[in-house]
Amino acid sequence: MEIELKDVEHLAGLARIVVSDTEKELLRHDLGEILAYVSQIKEVTAELGPAKAGELHNVMRDDAEPHEAGLFTEELIAAAPSRDGNRVLVKKIL
Amino acid sequence: MDISSLTIKKAHELLVNKEITARELVEHFLKEAHTKSELNAYREIFDDALASADAAQKMLDAGTGTLLTGIPIALKDNILMKGKIASASSKMLEHYRATYDAHVVARLRDAGAVFLGRTNMDEFAMGSSTENSAFGVTKNPHDLSRVPGGSSGGSASAIASGTVLGALGSDTGGSIRQPAAFCGVVGLKPTYGAVSRSGLIAMASSLDQIGPLAKTVEDAKIIFDVIKGKDPLDSTSYPDNFPHKENKKPKVIGVPVDFVRMKGVDPEVLRNFDASIAKMKNAGYEIRDISLPSLAHGLSVYYILMPAEVSSNLARLDGVRYGFHADGTNLLGDYARSRGEGFGREVRRRILLGTYVLSSGYHDEYYGRASAVREMLRLDLQKAFEGVDIIATPTTPTAAFKIGEKTNDPLQMYLADIFTVSVNIAGVPAISIPSGFIEEGGSKLPLGIQFIAPSFGEEALFDAGGDFEKVRGF
Repeated sequence: MEIELKDVEHLAGLARIVVSDTEKELLRHDLGEILAYVSQIKEVTAELGPAKAGELHNVMRDDAEPHEAGLFTEELIAAAPSRDGNRVLVKKIL
Repeated sequence: MDISSLTIKKAHELLVNKEITARELVEHFLKEAHTKSELNAYREIFDDALASADAAQKMLDAGTGTLLTGIPIALKDNILMKGKIASASSKMLEHYRATYDAHVVARLRDAGAVFLGRTNMDEFAMGSSTENSAFGVTKNPHDLSRVPGGSSGGSASAIASGTVLGALGSDTGGSIRQPAAFCGVVGLKPTYGAVSRSGLIAMASSLDQIGPLAKTVEDAKIIFDVIKGKDPLDSTSYPDNFPHKENKKPKVIGVPVDFVRMKGVDPEVLRNFDASIAKMKNAGYEIRDISLPSLAHGLSVYYILMPAEVSSNLARLDGVRYGFHADGTNLLGDYARSRGEGFGREVRRRILLGTYVLSSGYHDEYYGRASAVREMLRLDLQKAFEGVDIIATPTTPTAAFKIGEKTNDPLQMYLADIFTVSVNIAGVPAISIPSGFIEEGGSKLPLGIQFIAPSFGEEALFDAGGDFEKVRGF
C-alpha cells in the first residue's frame, strides 16, 4: 500500500491534527506498512454475509425524567479551557 | 504476617476475624506503593485512602461488609472517579477532573472497596507496553528492564509487586490479559455488555470492556461479581435477566492448533502451553484439536475497526470543552494545535489510520469488509463452541519484551496482541492465568494461558481457571 506525503497531509487536515514534517515522513512509512498488513482481509475468500447488530434491540432509555436545569452546568463549564459566564468561549468564526 | 502476598479472599477473612483492621491493611499497601515508586505503576496514590479505610471498618463493624469491604483496589487512569483526575495517561487530559463516578466505581464504592490510586497506562489505552504513556513507562516487577505489557500495565505491575490486592483495567484488544500474562497475575476480559462502560474514557466502543486484574481466579471473580450487571447509563449493558445458557461445568477444551503454532510464537511459549494443556488433560478435561482459520484474520480486522472507532471517539477532544488547549490563529488552528500537541505519537497515528479507513473511496474496502469478516469470525467461534466448552491459547506469543525493543516498529508491537484481539472482535469473555515462567537473560519471566468461553460463560472460565491453578504446580 503506497501512501504519499500528500495523503498524510490530507488525513491530518481531515483529523484536525498538526503534524510536523519529520513526523509526516514517519507516518507515511508506518501507515503504508500497517495498511499492507491489514489488507490481508481482502484474501478472505469465504462468502461474507452482512454485518449484524448485537442481540440487544431498542436499547434507548425513555425520554422522560429530565434532571433539573443547570444542575451540572458549573462543573461542566469549569472544565473548559476558557469561558464567558455560562458559555464556553471560542474564537470568532464569522 | 506477609500482608503483601495476601489474596483478597484471605485479607477479607483476616478483616472479618478482626486479626487486622482496614486501616492497618490499607496503611501497609500505601507504604508499599510509595516505596516501590521506581516501577511507575501509579499515576497518583490517593490521599483519602485512609479515610475510606476507616469508613470501610465501620461497615465491617456493623456487619454490613462485603467480600470487598476494606480491600485496597487500584483503578486504571481511564476510569472516572468523581473529583479525581482521570488523564488516560495523556497530556490531553493531564489536569482533567472527573465530574461523575464510573458505574464500576460506584459499585465498588458501595461494596466498601478502598481506592488506593490510579494506575499508569498507554495513552488512551493504545499500546501493549505502557511505553505510550505521556508520563513514562511502567516497569515489570519481574525484570525492571522489561515492559509490564499494556495497556493496563500499571494495574498489572501494581498487583504483581504487592502494592495492591486487586485492580480494574480495560481491554479493547488484550489490554487486561496481555499485561496480566507479562506480570504473572490473573486478568479477565468479560463478555461485551457484561460490565457497564459508563465512565470509561472510550477508545473503541464496540470492543472496550472493563474487567478485573487480581492474584487468583477466585479474586477476579469476587471483583467481577460486584462490577457486572445492567446500568441504564450504558445501553449496551445486558439486563440481569437476559437469557443466558445454563452454567455447566466445562469438560472439553478446544485447542486451535494451526493458530497456536503460527509463525512468530516463541518455542518456549509453546512448550509451556503444551505442558499446561497436558496438565488439564490429567485433571480430567478432554482435549480436542479444532480448526479456526478465521482467527488468523483477527489482527487485520482489529487494526481497521479499532482505529476507525478511535478516530471518531477522540474527535470530542478539541481543546474547546475540556482538556489541553493550544492557541492557533483561528478556531481551526486551535483544534489542530490542541490535538497535535495534546495527543502523543501513537494516538495521532491511530487517528490518521482510522481517518483513512473511513474516508470516502476506502470505506467499503476496509471498514465495510472488516465488519463483514468480524461477523464471520463471530459465527465461526460460535460454531466451535458447539463442540467444545472452552478454547485455550497462550495469552501472548512471547514473554515480556525489553523496554524500547519495539517502540520504533508499530506493527511488531501490534503483533503482541495476536492471541487476544479476536476475543474482543467476537465479544466473548476470556481470562489469562499465570502458567509458568521462562528464563531469559537471567530473569524468570511469567507466561499466561488464555481460556475463552462463549458469551456470558464467565463461570466456565472461573471453573476451568480454578482447576488449572490447582494442577499447574506452583
